[in-house]
Amino acid sequence: MSSDFAVILVDSTSHAMRIEKLLTSRGITCKLVPVPRHLSSDCGVCVRVQKRDIEEVKSLIDAHHVVIRSIEAL
Amino acid sequence: MTSSLGVVETGLVYLDNAATSWPKPPGVAAAMQYFLDEIGANPGRSGHRLSVESGRIVYETREAIACLFGASDPLRVIFGMNATDGINLVLHGILKPGDHVVTSSMEHNAVMRPLHDLEMRGVEVSQVACNPDGSLDPALVRKAICTNTKLIVLNHASNVCGTILPIREVGQIARHHDLLFLVDAAQSAGTVPIHMVMDCIDFLAFTGHKSLYGPMGTGGVVIGERVDPSALHPLRQGGTGSRSEHEVQPEFFPDRCESGTPNAVGLAGLLAALQWLQRQGSVQLRTHEMALCADLLEGLLNIRGVIVYGPLDTNKRTATVGFNIQGMEPSIVGLRLDEEYGILCRVGLHCAPSAHRTLGTFPDGCVRFAIGAFNTERDIEKALKAVSELAKEVR
Repeated sequence: MSSDFAVILVDSTSHAMRIEKLLTSRGITCKLVPVPRHLSSDCGVCVRVQKRDIEEVKSLIDAHHVVIRSIEAL
Repeated sequence: MTSSLGVVETGLVYLDNAATSWPKPPGVAAAMQYFLDEIGANPGRSGHRLSVESGRIVYETREAIACLFGASDPLRVIFGMNATDGINLVLHGILKPGDHVVTSSMEHNAVMRPLHDLEMRGVEVSQVACNPDGSLDPALVRKAICTNTKLIVLNHASNVCGTILPIREVGQIARHHDLLFLVDAAQSAGTVPIHMVMDCIDFLAFTGHKSLYGPMGTGGVVIGERVDPSALHPLRQGGTGSRSEHEVQPEFFPDRCESGTPNAVGLAGLLAALQWLQRQGSVQLRTHEMALCADLLEGLLNIRGVIVYGPLDTNKRTATVGFNIQGMEPSIVGLRLDEEYGILCRVGLHCAPSAHRTLGTFPDGCVRFAIGAFNTERDIEKALKAVSELAKEVR
């Protein structure tokens, strides 16, 4: 069953923090959560966002040249 | 009783700020205690709320450091123990046998010792001679560049006599010749303006415990945009909390160069210190320190038998002053200042034998008074009175 959320997978916690600050500063709700096991065996965190914000999130990330691995729907 | 900056006075005169600044600004100890009591978790290793909060503090500190030095990407702030850690990472991570590196005669052993080790392993080292006041002619750096030169490494401000070296001019020379440029900012970061882009710096080694007013065990290196992570071999490899499924070291900054649990409690303190620094203003702090430094220099020059090293122009130096009392060993001066006057300073060679050779003070060294943000005019008066009394004895 699909949810309202998507996660942004990143290289490191530092990258996640950078995205969290960027999104929060633009009023976009997000939360750092452990990476779901089915998406990656990484032990770190990823950034969970609402699916409806994805387009805005993508353009912000592009505009600020933040490197991400992928955005995955939950 | 409190000083104008709100720090409890001890009755001692602390003039050893070039070794470690003390006291620390209000808020530093509290931030560290709060971290230990209320957060405590491992930054970036787990996904729970305390781990995330811990990681956030480390990240905020990266941002504050990047902002202070004009670096655009906080992920290129690599944390380690101190400036020595940052310098070692760059020198050992960049230089290979057959490479040539240019440095100055005013360097600290943090640069000289790794370079000596690398020289034994086939790296060529040219040391450009500085003037007797510690200053450097950038043209001599240009002349030392060879076809196999890879890196220029330069001290920003002398830990012995406070001389500021022309990093922007040398940075432009490095950029013109397409060389990498490493600056050792241990003695300048926080009080002398530094801008990674405008000063053409590729690597800026900094420490948290001196003029950034944070705790010991914090520091590292800021890496410029021109450096590809693959070009810098990490000194340490290990767990980073990222890419855990792979047994090869991550190729991205900062994780590539930051293995093992960091000093998050120290970084919490450093963050509070950086926030204090921003509130005070680096310009205001430097103005305060240099006004005291001018009084100190003038007073020392008026004492018969005292020799002062380094430039007298306060625009060309930091508030670290090296001097000697003719006829009295620096070690005796230091001991008597401590025991009889409660004045705390550092004497000897200050881990910089080459700098002392340049100044003509090797092997005896000198006495060093290093002024910090919390020193007062009264401190300088007491120090001058003490030096004057000691100098009278040997006349």
